[in-house]
Amino acid sequence: MEVARIPILQIENYLVASIQMALHDKAATQFRDDLLERIYETKARGLILDLTAVDVVDSFLARLTGDIAEMAGLMGTTVVITGLQPEVAITLVELGVELKGVTTALNLEKGIAALRKMVGKEGTNGTTG
Amino acid sequence: MAPPAEERCIPVKTDLDIVSARVEGRNLARELGFGTIDQARIATAISELARNVVLYAPEGKMTVRAIVSDDARRGIEVVCEDNGPGIADVDLVMQDGYSTSSGLGMGLPGTKRLMDQFEIETKLGVGTKVTVRKWLK
Repeated sequence: MEVARIPILQIENYLVASIQMALHDKAATQFRDDLLERIYETKARGLILDLTAVDVVDSFLARLTGDIAEMAGLMGTTVVITGLQPEVAITLVELGVELKGVTTALNLEKGIAALRKMVGKEGTNGTTG
Repeated sequence: MAPPAEERCIPVKTDLDIVSARVEGRNLARELGFGTIDQARIATAISELARNVVLYAPEGKMTVRAIVSDDARRGIEVVCEDNGPGIADVDLVMQDGYSTSSGLGMGLPGTKRLMDQFEIETKLGVGTKVTVRKWLK
């Protein structure tokens, strides 16, 4: 089946992807693979995964989000999750899901600021705060 | 109990059906007057239940309906039935962290925490039926 792709945008040394649709499992897994490929192609230093438009994060999507952060981390790319809605934060905690080791920020702007700080600390090329 | 005002049934077989089931559940929850946070709880619970069906059973179905309690409270009931292998040890799967698949083991205990009432009936070789309810405050 044809899977709708989520656009992955590049700003400076960072990639930004915003999930705007209800993801079924195959689309979510495809998205993870697309992200990692784009990281490799672009040598992005950071990735923002924006969940502002996501109204349900079940254990599957939570695990996938954690996986993306961990896998991108292995490739040397810092990941920040932004825009978790209040109801999503509440259900994640009640469900018992922990997003261990995942950096989060309130919104895109704060996410970019966090990335600049983290990537900047590593003394890497390109962007500075 | 008064007759249900409305009932919707969604077949559950593939991961696409998980999304359909939770959209139906959320829509009914919204129509019944549940707030955003309860809508998310109900949708997430449906998602977890539907995923169990997709993971463990050939197929199943999800029924969401409006309900009224004996003391006239309104709510939503979600019934998830499958023709899967059944659960040998219900106490075990209700423990946090237990999982036989690639999941997080949050499925059933997590679902129970999200909802007000949780019932499970299961028979080995026949299937599993999980009923959850959430009441309007």
